[in-house]
Amino acid sequence: MAERTVKIEIKRQSSPDSSPHWDKFELPHRPGMNVISAMMEIAANPYTADGKETTPIAYDSNCLEEICGSCAMLINGKARMACTALVDKLDQPIKLEPLSKFPLVRDLSVDRSVLFENLKAVKAWVPIDGTYDLGPGERIFPQVQEERYPLSRCISCCCCMEVCPQFNESTGFVGAATIAQAQLFNEHPAGKVLKEERLHALMGDGGIQECGYAQNCVQACPKQLPLTKAISDVGRDVMVQAVKDAFTR
Amino acid sequence: MPAAPKIIVVGGGLAGLAAVIKIAEAGGKVDLFSIVPVKRSHSVCAQGGINAAKNLKGEGDTTAQHFDDTIYGGDFLANQTPVKGMCEAAPGIIDLLDRMGVPFNRTPEGLLDFRRFGGTLYHRTAFAGATTGQQLLYALDEQVRRYESEGKVTKYEGWEFLSAVLDSSRVCRGICAMDLRTMEVRTFAADAIVLATGGIGAIFGKSTNSVVCTGSAQSAVYQQGAYYANGEFIQVHPTSIPGEDKLRLMSESARGEGGRVWVPKQLGDKRPAKTIPEGDRWYFLEEWYPKYGNLVPRDVATRAIHKVVYEHGLGIDGQPMVYLDLTHIDRETLNRKLEGILEIYEKFVGDDPREVPMKIFPGMHYTMGGLWVDFNQMTNIPGIFAAGEAEYNYHGANRLGANSLVSCIYGGFVVGPKATEYAKALPAMQGDGGAADEKKRQEELNKHLISNAGTENPFKLWRELGETMTKNVTVIRYNKAIKQTDEKIVELLERYRNVNLSDKSSWANTSFAFTRQLYNMLQLARVVAQGAALRNESRGAHYKPDFPDRDDENFLKTTKAYFAPDADEPRFEYEAVDTQYIKPRPRKY
Repeated sequence: MAERTVKIEIKRQSSPDSSPHWDKFELPHRPGMNVISAMMEIAANPYTADGKETTPIAYDSNCLEEICGSCAMLINGKARMACTALVDKLDQPIKLEPLSKFPLVRDLSVDRSVLFENLKAVKAWVPIDGTYDLGPGERIFPQVQEERYPLSRCISCCCCMEVCPQFNESTGFVGAATIAQAQLFNEHPAGKVLKEERLHALMGDGGIQECGYAQNCVQACPKQLPLTKAISDVGRDVMVQAVKDAFTR
Repeated sequence: MPAAPKIIVVGGGLAGLAAVIKIAEAGGKVDLFSIVPVKRSHSVCAQGGINAAKNLKGEGDTTAQHFDDTIYGGDFLANQTPVKGMCEAAPGIIDLLDRMGVPFNRTPEGLLDFRRFGGTLYHRTAFAGATTGQQLLYALDEQVRRYESEGKVTKYEGWEFLSAVLDSSRVCRGICAMDLRTMEVRTFAADAIVLATGGIGAIFGKSTNSVVCTGSAQSAVYQQGAYYANGEFIQVHPTSIPGEDKLRLMSESARGEGGRVWVPKQLGDKRPAKTIPEGDRWYFLEEWYPKYGNLVPRDVATRAIHKVVYEHGLGIDGQPMVYLDLTHIDRETLNRKLEGILEIYEKFVGDDPREVPMKIFPGMHYTMGGLWVDFNQMTNIPGIFAAGEAEYNYHGANRLGANSLVSCIYGGFVVGPKATEYAKALPAMQGDGGAADEKKRQEELNKHLISNAGTENPFKLWRELGETMTKNVTVIRYNKAIKQTDEKIVELLERYRNVNLSDKSSWANTSFAFTRQLYNMLQLARVVAQGAALRNESRGAHYKPDFPDRDDENFLKTTKAYFAPDADEPRFEYEAVDTQYIKPRPRKY
């Protein structure tokens, strides 16, 4: 058979309590295919490479253009988005595994709600008075917009947390994404009003002090957020706040 | 004092979140249901911007002009009262988003920057790079998270809407939904529900839409008696990148910032695009539409590309593709204004669009039609409201670029207070309001599906649906082919009875959820196809070569489909369009 094929191995687990196993697949190759289209092909033809009938792969996905943040997984051991993982650029067999630091749901699907909880803790919002018409907001110079916009492109994929050696149960570290969002709102003229509360939320155990400066986060981020810069900016602010606190309490 | 009304919002995109914010702000209690975590909703995919006649460029732009452009762009099919309301509210909505912290691009004076978009001659589109939808969704998501932390909003993420709970008078009393992990079916009581469940791209197989945009929720309530309006109006975006898994949008903002569409004049010109001299390029949009050029509305641009490719036979390398060229614009400007979409092209195609013209082709993009709603955003079923792409109110026969984000937020801002007002006046329900019966009906459907011993793979049925819909019910429509499409859908519905789930487990069974959606897609596809067959004219995105002109006498009407349960198929009625402000005139760009 001269037809080109793609070899994929997927770590599967039918529920959080069951034990994992690997399934091997061999699929027809199509130009431009990505890891998502490979899994769509498996859903339409759910048979393993040795012809055994199986079930479609459970995985998180939505936009398929790397903006919704859903389809993060380990691809050949690397935390990244499955939609932008083009098959022709990957070594085969392509190995797919779920992110390892989040509760497993099924197969490649994991529960990343911890990030959304962290965003509540740092009050990652501008506390507007209300939605009624109050006219335009404050003028913001392009330089400020250009600082904030890259931070605002975080897609909550959690790759930065997956690759962080400090992000684990013993430290309780919030992770880079949350710190970057705190910085995003600390830089907004009205969002600033909650800056002190945000900095307090990032003090102490699990806060910014847990960062070990491994810099894995900034390398893994699919959107190239300036995560290490955000961490160092917030780190400085937390320190200044701690000094202030010492003199005012 | 009576208890605060309880409202359920289904869908956590811009329209749903806007509704939630308004309800929570007014003191109401909201349960918010979404298949995906709301921050991952399809609104994130919107790229180019949001329209509002702020007139910050000294052009004399007005909300009246925005209103006129929108009605004219929609070929006079939209009811004018809601569109007028939207255009007048738009500048205030931009101000609010600005106050919420959306990082809109700025002018040197620190004011909002605006760019041009299709179907207008004004700089009316505010933008945050080329990821405006993402930025707006996040801003609303953050406000909802704030209300959530105050206990005013309860999120049910990872739940799918199955149906409305209707009492014996056919009044909505809540929803029936399924937990996508445990697969548990439950009913939730509410005084009013808002469906903000987006578009129906999945019916066309591959589209620019996200995976969740199946139209399943709209179809479910259509099958329960709600009217579905203007289903035949489907927007095919002129510039998308064809892919194996989906079509990826290449924003109209690329043309708004000066991008030019062209093909080599000579068929089979083998030279690299950049080396082809100006004289050997055909900028067909600029030639055919000198006033609007590359920024004609999407339906017009899409048909032009089709014509160049299929009638003139001038697609690049004989393939269905044309160039979208940004290479004459300096890198710094491109990065500042369009980075998000350039990155998409780079990552998925492998070429740098700053250096090499992009290869693009039209792709199914937007659903102008949707659930029929009145000017208060309520469907014909009391207590079921709809907002955003799921309903039909704002775009007529063709949506202008950058009007979707404003229609979502405006629709949400209208529906929140209106649903609250309705809920406050609602008499108490008798018994359980029909909840137990509905739950039983859904559980039986599930039980039947999971144990069905057939041979058909649901994903293959879906591929066939998508192929036939894309081929026959998108850009160019012939009655004969549409009729064959409807027959094909009937065949697929028949084969659906014989569907077999390879996964019969009851934990996070994604193919089970998909197979349920597929049934609703099939039913709704018939509304789209038959609606198209019945409309023997050409208007906006709906184009029939056999009926090339707009026919106001017979078809200046809203199509209203309703489901006939006994016949198991749609029936159609028509309703006059509200044209009280702007007299219909020929649409010539």
